[in-house]
Amino acid sequence: MNRQLNRLAVAAIVLLAALIVATTYWQTWASAGLQDRQDNAIQRVVQFTIARGLIQGAGGKTTFATNKKVTSGSQTLYFRRYPQHGLAAQTVGYSTESRSQAGLERSMNDYLIGANTNLSDAFRHILDRLGNATVHGNDLQLTIRPRAQRLAQQLLGGRCGAVVAMNSHTGAVYVMASSPTYDPNLIDKPGGYAKVLKIRGACGGASALLNRATQGLFVPGSTFKMITAAAALDTGTFKPDSTFYDPGYCTVYGKPVSNAGNPDQGGREVFGHLNFVTAFQHSVNSVFCNIGLKLGAGPILAYAKKFGFYKTAPLETPADERAPSGLYNGTKLYFPKDPNKVDAGRLAFGQERMLVTPLQMAMVAATIGNGGIVPKPYVVQKILASDGSTIRNTRPSNLGRAIKPETAQELNQMMVAVVQGGTGTAAAIPGIQVAGKTGTAETAVSNVYTAWFVAFAPADHPQVAIAVVLEKQLNGFGGVVSAPIAKQVLEALLAR
Amino acid sequence: MGLLTAVGFASVYIADKSRISSGSLGYALFFFALFLAAHLVARFAVPYADPYVLPIAALLAAVGVTEIYRLGSKDAFRQGTWVVIGVAVFALALIGLRRDYRVLENYKYLFGLGAVALLFMPLLPGIGLRVNGARLWVHFGPLRFQPGELGKIALIVFLAAYLREKREVLAVGRLKDWGPLLVIWGSAMLVLFVTDDLGSGLLFYGIFLGMLYVATARIAFVAVGLGLFIAGSVAVYQGTPHVRERVLNWIQPWTTHKIFCPLSGQPALRQDCQSYQEVQSLYSIAHGGLGGTGLGSGTFTNASGNQIIPYLNTDFIYSALAQELGLIGAAGLLLVYMVFTLRGFRVAIFARDGFSKLLAAGLTFGFAFQTFIIVGGILRVIPLTGITLPLVSYGGSSILANFLVLAGLMLVSNRANAELAGAT
Repeated sequence: MNRQLNRLAVAAIVLLAALIVATTYWQTWASAGLQDRQDNAIQRVVQFTIARGLIQGAGGKTTFATNKKVTSGSQTLYFRRYPQHGLAAQTVGYSTESRSQAGLERSMNDYLIGANTNLSDAFRHILDRLGNATVHGNDLQLTIRPRAQRLAQQLLGGRCGAVVAMNSHTGAVYVMASSPTYDPNLIDKPGGYAKVLKIRGACGGASALLNRATQGLFVPGSTFKMITAAAALDTGTFKPDSTFYDPGYCTVYGKPVSNAGNPDQGGREVFGHLNFVTAFQHSVNSVFCNIGLKLGAGPILAYAKKFGFYKTAPLETPADERAPSGLYNGTKLYFPKDPNKVDAGRLAFGQERMLVTPLQMAMVAATIGNGGIVPKPYVVQKILASDGSTIRNTRPSNLGRAIKPETAQELNQMMVAVVQGGTGTAAAIPGIQVAGKTGTAETAVSNVYTAWFVAFAPADHPQVAIAVVLEKQLNGFGGVVSAPIAKQVLEALLAR
Repeated sequence: MGLLTAVGFASVYIADKSRISSGSLGYALFFFALFLAAHLVARFAVPYADPYVLPIAALLAAVGVTEIYRLGSKDAFRQGTWVVIGVAVFALALIGLRRDYRVLENYKYLFGLGAVALLFMPLLPGIGLRVNGARLWVHFGPLRFQPGELGKIALIVFLAAYLREKREVLAVGRLKDWGPLLVIWGSAMLVLFVTDDLGSGLLFYGIFLGMLYVATARIAFVAVGLGLFIAGSVAVYQGTPHVRERVLNWIQPWTTHKIFCPLSGQPALRQDCQSYQEVQSLYSIAHGGLGGTGLGSGTFTNASGNQIIPYLNTDFIYSALAQELGLIGAAGLLLVYMVFTLRGFRVAIFARDGFSKLLAAGLTFGFAFQTFIIVGGILRVIPLTGITLPLVSYGGSSILANFLVLAGLMLVSNRANAELAGAT
């Protein structure tokens, strides 16, 4: 009988060994996949056992995201709270019990839960776990300036639009406001998410969850003339004193494209003889149309690329919450293999399927103010460990040179002229020279415009660049509705 | 000597872990004393017995009580009480049967009928009780009991005795010798399906095939048995919604579209309804990772303090242990089961007579196979059927039955080793 006993023993051991193999599978290979599953009730609780890092504004005095400590039975849980409610909600994002996340709460999750792999950190967390102590995540200190952010949000009011302001030299984002906004505290409340989805703002457009500053795609209108002018000057094709004749229209494919209905011109429809600076100052479409035709779409798009178009603008927010600027065919980004397929005349004044984000336009203004070098935008200044030590301090960097310093200087002066005596006088700040460009893009509905103002200041030593956009403005011109917002936010940021 | 150190290790283990889970040292000291007493009884009654099986059993019981304590101190007290009763019954069995346990062979039909009677008990009106879908329980006033656990021991004793007597004729295949065997075993299986206790059904079937193979050396019997099992399974799968659900939960625990959920009567994803327990149990294991969360630091309750996995300290105690002890602890625990199994088979091999061999093999294989059924079910190796993890799970009947398994192995090994010592 011993032979059978041996065999039965082997069978029993094989069965038990299979259990070790299966346990190994679930605890190593399959582990990460299981932990990411939405229905994982254990991870749903585990996330709350970690004291998630705070998210604070510049200076560390304003807290955008904090925790509410709740002791239930033997476990201490930390629930997320957003004391600033709608302020910078799309940038900060949310982290909910059902583990859906957005904004920095999503993209910086590893830091916020302290899972970033730094050896001494990892070791401390193991000790915390063994000692049954709470794991503390790392805090984020943003570059957002709460006072200016709040002002921008107030100025946008219930209108749909966005304000992006950044340090024109370092790229540190001071203001990133998207309107309409929502209260992240609502997301986890019963029925709260549905309520947030219903917030549509005055325009009745996309949801409040959309970060219009980085994700919203708008027709740039005349603000795109900054790119066209940069290409015209930097290639040496035109000089600021090049003269043009404006007959009130320009001819594209044998058809006249009229200046008429360009509200940025301030009612004047025919300018006659004028130079480049005046054409920029008064945003004369026919001149830019002719410049576009002379340059061709290829060089204009090439310069747009140098300013960061056709790439998702770098920022710490999730990549899918940012959109690249450029020509769009429907919902798809489109770069023409044959530039002649693109209407260079209409492209030159910012129509022709060109769509941009406010962040991208703020980067264009910042680049001109920064002498032609594109600053790399960032919104997280510092990552701090729970003991206060700095884990990471963002060092400003750039995305390379877009235009020559001389070109930047010439554009600077042309933009100053816009605010001094052109379409953007509403942005003038007493005692500070503002350089700006208006934009009023036509929409499908007549007399309803996308109103832009893009600027930097002070013009002689630029510090802050800004882009303001308002959607669906009835008879609302960039120089009239958007420029005053830019003015007030610039004032708030420059008064220090 | 080895015994003492191992028991010591077991108690230190408890003490260490209880401190972390802020429990009392009292449990540890008490357990140390209890197993010291058990050891002394064993030294007196069965001095030649295998020295490893008792400390291993003590270790498993200690791990069980510790984890049950961590999950809820009230249950731990009851479990502790049952361990005391288990040790007492163990001691009584050793003392009572120390001269010759083989007298049991004379009562084989009594054991056979007893086994069936025990299995039938939950079906009796008045004392039968249905818990968690299966009629496994009987109650006398406040006392609740699963007679099936003891029925398992009785059946093994019967099979060992009957197979020892008839093994030659069975191997030849004379039909009339199969009669009593098939009647008793068949009625046992019938009862198990009637009570919806699939785990025990599978266990009994496995024990039966294992012992039959050992007795007859006919692999064909095992093959036919497995074939019948598969045919039976298909029939049961077709006919019993309860079983169909278990199999579907095993094949596809996660669905991407909603299906009918019988619990709520509404459409729901399977992982939110039928397979919820299995899936959350896997999440618990996955959360443990390599090193575990540490004892007392695991997550078993949701944000409002309710337990996430139902029956965590009985059927699903392995998923709790795997989370808190990690792969290192869980694999260690399974290795302990392996060592116990190997020692048990060693006892069977060294036994001198057929009854002893079959008894030891049946008890050991039952122990190992039961571990495989529940842990394999949790790990999705096989469909999940509810059954206790021997010596670790919460449950009085199970503890009692497994201490009888232990007593049986020690009695058999004592006799074999004593004869060996006497012969040299």
